[in-house]
Amino acid sequence: MQNDTGLDIAAKNLHTNPLTWVEKYSDYLYGFAMVRLRDSDVAKDLVQDTFLAGLQQLERFEGNSHEKTWLTAILKNKIADFYRKNASKSLKDLKITETESEQQDFFDAETGHWNEKYRPQAFGLEVDNPLLMKELGVILNECLTKLPGLWFSVFSMKHIDDLASELICTELKLTASNFWVIMHRTKLNLRACLQKNWN
Amino acid sequence: MGNALKNIIYNCNQATFLIEKKLAGKITTAETLQLRIHLAGCSVCKIYQQQSILINSLFVGFDSGDFKLDKSFKKSLTERIEKEINKN
Repeated sequence: MQNDTGLDIAAKNLHTNPLTWVEKYSDYLYGFAMVRLRDSDVAKDLVQDTFLAGLQQLERFEGNSHEKTWLTAILKNKIADFYRKNASKSLKDLKITETESEQQDFFDAETGHWNEKYRPQAFGLEVDNPLLMKELGVILNECLTKLPGLWFSVFSMKHIDDLASELICTELKLTASNFWVIMHRTKLNLRACLQKNWN
Repeated sequence: MGNALKNIIYNCNQATFLIEKKLAGKITTAETLQLRIHLAGCSVCKIYQQQSILINSLFVGFDSGDFKLDKSFKKSLTERIEKEINKN
């Protein structure tokens, strides 16, 4: 191995050199985690946990896959754990009931019509303007941090990893009907948050 | 007119629910028809639908390349790894 530093890595005949990991993979893994979590503290923690878990499994890594693929697989598991914990935590979270009562105001309870305050209005921007889109993306990220953990987990698993709804339900212990209610409410909240903070 | 159809025509709560279900999965032929009728007469939900699609593409289009770890965090990561290796 080219970058071998002479520790006992060669002696153990390992197929990977952990001393090069940070330089080679840390930015990539951080980006991978940020796309799925949108929280830099959590993403940093999980990158560190990934490297530490990798060290524990060094001897099991046989070089069949690329190091990067192997480390990414470890990180994926860490993210899945985080989603699960996040989801079960927010089931007990008061925030969910608060947001629920807030969300009922989106529509008139009897007619299902939009209530005046939440009625969608055009953002009035050109979607082909990359700078404006970037700005809107920043606001969206702020809105995402306000979602209950369970909702964020569902939304991220669905859209970033493109997982089947059934799989997400199993992972997070949801019924199909809960899943769709969450998808709907998440979007109503995100849209309202964007409308409120854009301009 | 069936009840389901009557309910959806004026119900934006139900229409936006179907919009989400359609975007992230699939809806039945009957639901597709209901939604189409609703959207034909409801410009507010049409705006909602456009913005919902925009939110999905913004969320998915998030650029991971924008995020780099700072030097000090990388340094502490490296030190942590060295420490773990030397423990063994």
